[in-house]
Amino acid sequence: MAAVPQSTAATAATSVPDRLMAAVKDAGFATIVTLGLCIPLVTLRTDADEGGRLTLIPRFGLTAVLCLLVFLARLGYLTIWGKEARASRRPPSRGEAIKTVAAPRYTLTSVGLPIALGFAIAYPALMTLANGGLSEARYWIDLGILVLTYVMLGWGLNVVVGLAGLLDLGYVAFYAIGAYSYAILSTTFHLSFWICLPIAGILAATWGVLLGFPVLRLRGDYLAIVTLAFGEIIRLVLINWVPVTNGGAGIASIPRASFFGIPFNDDDNGFAALFGLEFSPMHRIVFLFYLILALATLTSIVTTRLRRLPVGRAWEALREDEIACRSLGINTTTTKLSAFATGALFGGLAGSFFAVRQGFVSPESFNFLESAIILAIVVLGGMGSQIGVVVAAVVMIAGPEMLRNLDFLKTIFGDNFDPNEYRLLIFGLAMVVMMIWRPRGLVSTREPTVFLKERKSISGDLVKEGHG
Amino acid sequence: MKGETLLRVEHLTMRFGGLTAINDLSFEAKAGDITALIGPNGAGKTTVFNCITGFYKPSEGRIALAHGGEQAFAAVEEATARGARTVTVGDGAIHLLERMPDFVVNQHAKVARTFQNIRLFSGMTVLENLLVAQHNVLMRASGYSVFGILGLSPYTSRQKEAIELAKLWLDRIGLTDRADDPAGDLPYGAQRRLEIARAMCTKPVLLCLDEPAAGLNPRESLELNTLLRTIRDQDGTSLLLIEHDMTVVMEISDHVVVLDYGVKISDGAPTEVRNDPKVIAAYLGVEDEEVAAVEAEVEGRA
Repeated sequence: MAAVPQSTAATAATSVPDRLMAAVKDAGFATIVTLGLCIPLVTLRTDADEGGRLTLIPRFGLTAVLCLLVFLARLGYLTIWGKEARASRRPPSRGEAIKTVAAPRYTLTSVGLPIALGFAIAYPALMTLANGGLSEARYWIDLGILVLTYVMLGWGLNVVVGLAGLLDLGYVAFYAIGAYSYAILSTTFHLSFWICLPIAGILAATWGVLLGFPVLRLRGDYLAIVTLAFGEIIRLVLINWVPVTNGGAGIASIPRASFFGIPFNDDDNGFAALFGLEFSPMHRIVFLFYLILALATLTSIVTTRLRRLPVGRAWEALREDEIACRSLGINTTTTKLSAFATGALFGGLAGSFFAVRQGFVSPESFNFLESAIILAIVVLGGMGSQIGVVVAAVVMIAGPEMLRNLDFLKTIFGDNFDPNEYRLLIFGLAMVVMMIWRPRGLVSTREPTVFLKERKSISGDLVKEGHG
Repeated sequence: MKGETLLRVEHLTMRFGGLTAINDLSFEAKAGDITALIGPNGAGKTTVFNCITGFYKPSEGRIALAHGGEQAFAAVEEATARGARTVTVGDGAIHLLERMPDFVVNQHAKVARTFQNIRLFSGMTVLENLLVAQHNVLMRASGYSVFGILGLSPYTSRQKEAIELAKLWLDRIGLTDRADDPAGDLPYGAQRRLEIARAMCTKPVLLCLDEPAAGLNPRESLELNTLLRTIRDQDGTSLLLIEHDMTVVMEISDHVVVLDYGVKISDGAPTEVRNDPKVIAAYLGVEDEEVAAVEAEVEGRA
C-alpha cells in the first residue's frame, strides 16, 4: 500500500510493456515494504519451551508466502482489476467530468429507510422464530436495542457534523446529561419516564447551546479540541460531584420503564396479567426495543424534515461557506446554536433511554471512546446521509459482536484459533479498507432538498466537509 | 427617488495595526445609479466593501444608508448621537452600517454583496443557492421551524413563492435548465451570474459587486453589462461595483470613485475621471519629476 503514489504517475498514457514494467516495479516495492514489516512481526517468533526459557523460532517459509501473496496481489491490482488498469482498457470518455448523476425517483434513502424500518418492526418476531422462543432470542433483541441506540445517536450527531459541518468530539456529554437527568429526576423526585424524557431532552439541548456559545468562533482542530474537552469535563463533573451524582459508584436502581404506567411484573395489575399473557421478563425487553425504535424513527423524521426547512438549508449552507451565509443575512450564531441544540436534544433522549434500559448509570459509560464510535458511525455512513448511518451503525456495533460467533474459522486456522482475540484487528482492518475504498463514507452523494424538474444526486467531491 | 443620495460614506478610516488601508474616505452613491469604485491593486477597494457590508468594523467614520428617499438623512445626526443602528423617518429609515454586524446589514439595511473569489454553496444545487438567500423570509414563514416541522400551511405557500422568485432569476441569468445541478459544476461565467442572482434574491436596495467581470470572456462581459443595467432600471436596486475592466466601468457606470493607497484621488462622471491626470498617474505611473508634483497635489487634497 505504501507504493500507491508511484503507480498513478506510471500509468498515464504509456505503452503496455512500459505499464507492465512499472507495475512489476511497484509490486516489488510493495513486497520490500512487506518484508520489512514481516521480519519483526512474523519471521521472529518467540516461544517459551518446557523449561520456561524463551526460544526463537524463525519462520522464513511463512514470510516468503506472505511476500509472494502481496507481490501477486499488488501486481494483479495494477494490471487486471484495479481502477486504473480498467480505465486504461476502456476507450477514453468525454473530457468533462460529470459530477451529477441523474438519480431515479426512488433514492437510496427513500427506499432504504422504509425497508430498514419494516425489518426493524418485524425483527423481534423474526428473532423469536429463528431462535425457537422469545427468551432464547434475548441476545439478539438486546443487540438490536444496542444498534438502534447508536443509530439514533448517529442521526443526532449527523445534524451537527454532517449537516452543519461542525466537528463535535464530545457528543457523549449530551448522552450522559440525558442519562443522568433521568436517573436523578426519577430516583429523587420519582417522576415517571414519560415526564423525564422531554425534560432530559431539553436539558441536553440547553447544554448544547451552552457549549455552542464559547465555540462559535472556533473552527477545525480548535473546535474539535474544545468539544473533546467539554465531553471530558462533563465526565469529570459526574465523577467528582458526589452529592448529586454519587461519583464513580454511579446511580443504581433507577426505576424501570413501565408500559405507560403499567409495570412489567408478575403482579395482578402488571402488564402480563392485564393483557392476559403469561408473565415473561422478555415483555420489557421487547417494549424497550420498540421504544428505542420509536425514538430513533422520531429522530429520523425530525432531522429529515428540518433538512428541508430553511434552518436545515442554512445548516448546509454554513457547512459550505460561512462568509457567504452572513452576506445573505443569515445569523450564523443562532444557526450554529440551533444545530448544537438539535443534536444535543436527540443525544439527551437517547441517554434517557440508556438509563431506563440499564437501570444503572455511571461515568464509566460515557468516555471518549463512545464519542469516537458515534463519530465513526457518522463518518463511515457518509456525512449527512440517513441510510448510511443505519448501515454504519449495524456494521460498527453488530459487526464486532458477530465476530464473536465466527467459530467456522477454527476449521481453517486450527482449534487453537480464537476469533474473539482478533475481533479488534479485523475491525480495524475493515475500517482501513473502508477508508481506502470509500473515503467519503458509504453514501457519499448528497440529495438536494428541493428540485425543479429532476432530482439529481450531488457528487461528494463537490460537497464540502465544513470547517472541521 | 432616482438621483437622490442613497449611501453616504463619511471620513471612513480603516487601520490594520500600523497599516492604514483607507484614509479619511468620503463619497456618496445615488439611488438608481451604478457607482464604480476603481483603483490600482491594493488601493483598498475591497476593504471599503467589507466596511460597507459589515465584515469589517471601520476604525473611524460613518456609513449611512437611507431607505425611502434622501430626506431620511435628516435623522443621521440624531441616530449618531443616540448610538442607534437604525432610526425610522416617516416611511423611510436611516441605517448606520458601521454599527451593524454583517448579517444585519443584509437583513435590515438591505445591502447585498458578491465576492471577488466566488463564494457559492458549491455542493448545493443552483435552486437551493437561491432559496438559502431567502432564508429570513422563509424562516419567519416556517415559524422558526416550529410550524414548518408540523407541515402547517403558511410555510408551504411561502416556499412556493420563494421558488417562483428563484425561477424568475434563473430565467434572467439563463440558468433555468441547470436549476437542479450543483452550483460547483457550473462554468465560471455562470457561477458569477448565479452569485449576482443569489444576492438579488435577498431583495436589496444596494448591491455591491466585487469584480463581477473578472475572468469573463468578452461575450459574457457584454451579457453582464445588460444584466447589471436591467437590475438598475427594473429592480430599483442601486449598484456599487469594484471593477478592473475599464471597458465595463466606462460603459455602464454613472459615477466613478477612484482610490489609490486608501485615499480618494478622483470622483465624478466616467468621462471626467478618465481624463483626470491624477488617475492616469496612479494607473500608468509618471515620470520621476512629476511624482513629487502629484504627491504634493494629493497631499493637499487629503
